[in-house]
Amino acid sequence: MSSGSNTQGSNRTGRYYNYAYLDEQTKRMIRRTILKALAIPGYQVPFGSREMPVPYGWGTGGIQLTAAIIGPDDVYKCIDQGADDTTNAVSIRRFFAQVADVAVTEETAEATIIQTRHRIPEKPLKEGQILVFQVPQPEPLRGLEPRETETRAMHAYEEYGLQYVSLYESVSAYGYIANTVGYPTMIEERYLMSPSPIPKFDNPKLGDNEAILLFGAGREKRIYAVPPYTRVRSLDFEDYPFETQTWEENCALCGAEDSYLDEVILDDAGERMFVCSDSCFCAERRASGHVGTMGDHALAHLEGGPPAVASPVAEPA
Amino acid sequence: MTSPLIIVEDLAKTFVLHNADGAAIPVFERLTLEVASGECVVLAGESGVGKSTLMRSIFGNYLPTQGAVRVLHDDAYLDITRAQPHQVIDVRRRTLGYVSQFLRVIPRIPTLRLVMEPLLENGVSLEEARARAETLLAALRLPRAHWDLPPATFSGGEQQRVNIARSFIRNYPVMLLDEPTASLDAENRAIVVQLIRQALDRGAAMIGIFHDHDVRDAVATRLFSVSEFKAAA
Amino acid sequence: MNAMAQNAHKAIEATPLLRVDGLTKWYGHVVGCRDVSFEIRPGEVLGIVGESGSGKTTVLNCISGRLPPSAGQVEFDTSRFGPADIYGLSEPDRRRMQREEWGFVHQNPRDGLRMRASGGANVAEPLMNLGGRHYGKMRAATIEWLERVELDIGRIDDKPRHFSGGMQQRIQVARNLIHGPRLVFMDEPTGGLDVSVQARLLDLLRELVRDLGLAVIIVTHDMAVARLMADRLMVMKSGYVVETGLTDQVLDDPQHPYSQLLVSSVLQI
Repeated sequence: MSSGSNTQGSNRTGRYYNYAYLDEQTKRMIRRTILKALAIPGYQVPFGSREMPVPYGWGTGGIQLTAAIIGPDDVYKCIDQGADDTTNAVSIRRFFAQVADVAVTEETAEATIIQTRHRIPEKPLKEGQILVFQVPQPEPLRGLEPRETETRAMHAYEEYGLQYVSLYESVSAYGYIANTVGYPTMIEERYLMSPSPIPKFDNPKLGDNEAILLFGAGREKRIYAVPPYTRVRSLDFEDYPFETQTWEENCALCGAEDSYLDEVILDDAGERMFVCSDSCFCAERRASGHVGTMGDHALAHLEGGPPAVASPVAEPA
Repeated sequence: MTSPLIIVEDLAKTFVLHNADGAAIPVFERLTLEVASGECVVLAGESGVGKSTLMRSIFGNYLPTQGAVRVLHDDAYLDITRAQPHQVIDVRRRTLGYVSQFLRVIPRIPTLRLVMEPLLENGVSLEEARARAETLLAALRLPRAHWDLPPATFSGGEQQRVNIARSFIRNYPVMLLDEPTASLDAENRAIVVQLIRQALDRGAAMIGIFHDHDVRDAVATRLFSVSEFKAAA
Repeated sequence: MNAMAQNAHKAIEATPLLRVDGLTKWYGHVVGCRDVSFEIRPGEVLGIVGESGSGKTTVLNCISGRLPPSAGQVEFDTSRFGPADIYGLSEPDRRRMQREEWGFVHQNPRDGLRMRASGGANVAEPLMNLGGRHYGKMRAATIEWLERVELDIGRIDDKPRHFSGGMQQRIQVARNLIHGPRLVFMDEPTGGLDVSVQARLLDLLRELVRDLGLAVIIVTHDMAVARLMADRLMVMKSGYVVETGLTDQVLDDPQHPYSQLLVSSVLQI
């Protein structure tokens, strides 16, 4: 979060929208919600979610969080499925470049605020960074218990047996816990929390993270948080312990053995490759000389460098 | 003389039919009876005099209008007419048996299971209950092929024998027999008479209704006339 | 013989498991139930009978902690706090007590089962609610219970909607007994079933009640079900209890005008 000193200047007359799109009172309300969420790690704090210029499901929760904490000194990165160059990520990044006058980046290490859907960057985050998650469904118990009154009581009284039902069903059906995304976690052994639809591969990164992790669900009107250095445990059974995904392949472009891989279908003949889902991570490795089995594939040359720092955008007509 | 196992004191029963303008139908009053161990008291009197009503009042099935029915249970007398339901259930489970004319059981349960049930209720093991039920059903000459069938389709006599087996499988100190031989042929009646005598030799006290004079003469130690206590209408 | 005597003594000497005193429920100006008092001991089966609107379901909901009464007390002999007014307990304590010590079998299995979870998971859930975290052990217990209620183990992972009404009800019974409750509430447990299925389920319930020494409070409008299941009956009319007593005494020699009407109205076949 930047100091507020520049905010005033950014709210210059003639700007069509208030700085960072939301009005100041809404931003204050969201900041208060964030403080409460940080004070009670894993607890879903209700907030007055606003209508946003994108539909629900496009990351309105994350956008509102970012709007409430961003300042002109921030450096903003936005990823979708780990990649900076997907439509949604590009659009949201442009949005904040336009309404918040911030510098944008694809470099994980450079960013002060990283908004994300579906991934946590491979490169460990540092103190001072904030990771903002877009959350479609904040309630981990919702799939089995449709009543909000009941799930609230379950959280209040730590009645979390129900969450194990989904794991039980998975073991019954597949012989192991096959749940792969949105894998339920316990925060500080108190609140059950949905980590948003990140792969369980990223679950271990939630615990003891140096950065602030903020979660926003716009449609469901909930904000929750994992402060730095918080204990996060992925649920499991004594006889079926938690495990993350592994791949037999390495990244075809950069050869990484320990990153989360996406499968890319190359042609109708079933040709395919596995590549890092974290595009920044992959590009950095290639830049420093790592090469995978298909290192000279066209995909490796698609990305240019990080886009130039956006200049303040002209007023809409 | 040892203390009686059952004492009926000043008993009266009047049915009040609330849905027939509160019509009162008096049956008997001031009825007193004691039965000791080894005794088989046979109730006498013409049909409709209240023999079955008396039996049911003693069993706790009917609620007497007045008086007491004391049953020796765990070395103390318990008044059935005033006992709590759970006490009556306990008395029926361990002390007071009742053989009615009709078999009233859950449908579609095999006969052998039905006969074992009273023992299982008292915590007897499955194996022992099965063995005793098989012995008794064999003694009552119920065809072995019937044992695994529910009794609903049995003849009247066969159902009656299942009923008798369910009652005699436990050695109740006190037994109430409401025409247990009604639909049985001579041979089977003789078997039931034998069962009753064995129970009496064991020290049971019995009250029975038998329309069959041969059976009555074979088991009765004395007759008791219910009509003497007929209540004025 | 010794064990027999001990068992039976237990039933007599035991203190009441549930004591209901002066229970009254108003819905605005409408009486749900008035001044209902009774006790139930371990191993006892109490039937609450009466026609629709007589207040029997109101009583069941009040005594099972699902509907706070307007007046009166519902005292349960909790294993954690001893005898306690269930509405005097804090909500988490009451919910925990309900989870640990009670079961509730609904008339409609949809109300008592999680239709989105498999039959096996439905049965295992109470174990997880009580802290079970070993899959293998819970799976084994689930299989044992499904066998006990005579369900095909091969279908353990099917969703409830793929089972017939009678089988759904068996799953519900297993789900409500697997954790070893001391008191089970049943609301017309065989109400929606074919008579052929009903008889078998009733026998199963009776057997389980006997083997587990459960206390059961069963609400039914079916006198035949009441006779087969209950040790004693409570007849309700217009919110009041009009008669109580041994089941066969109430059914064979009813004293109250309404009980007489109720019993004489039963169709014979």
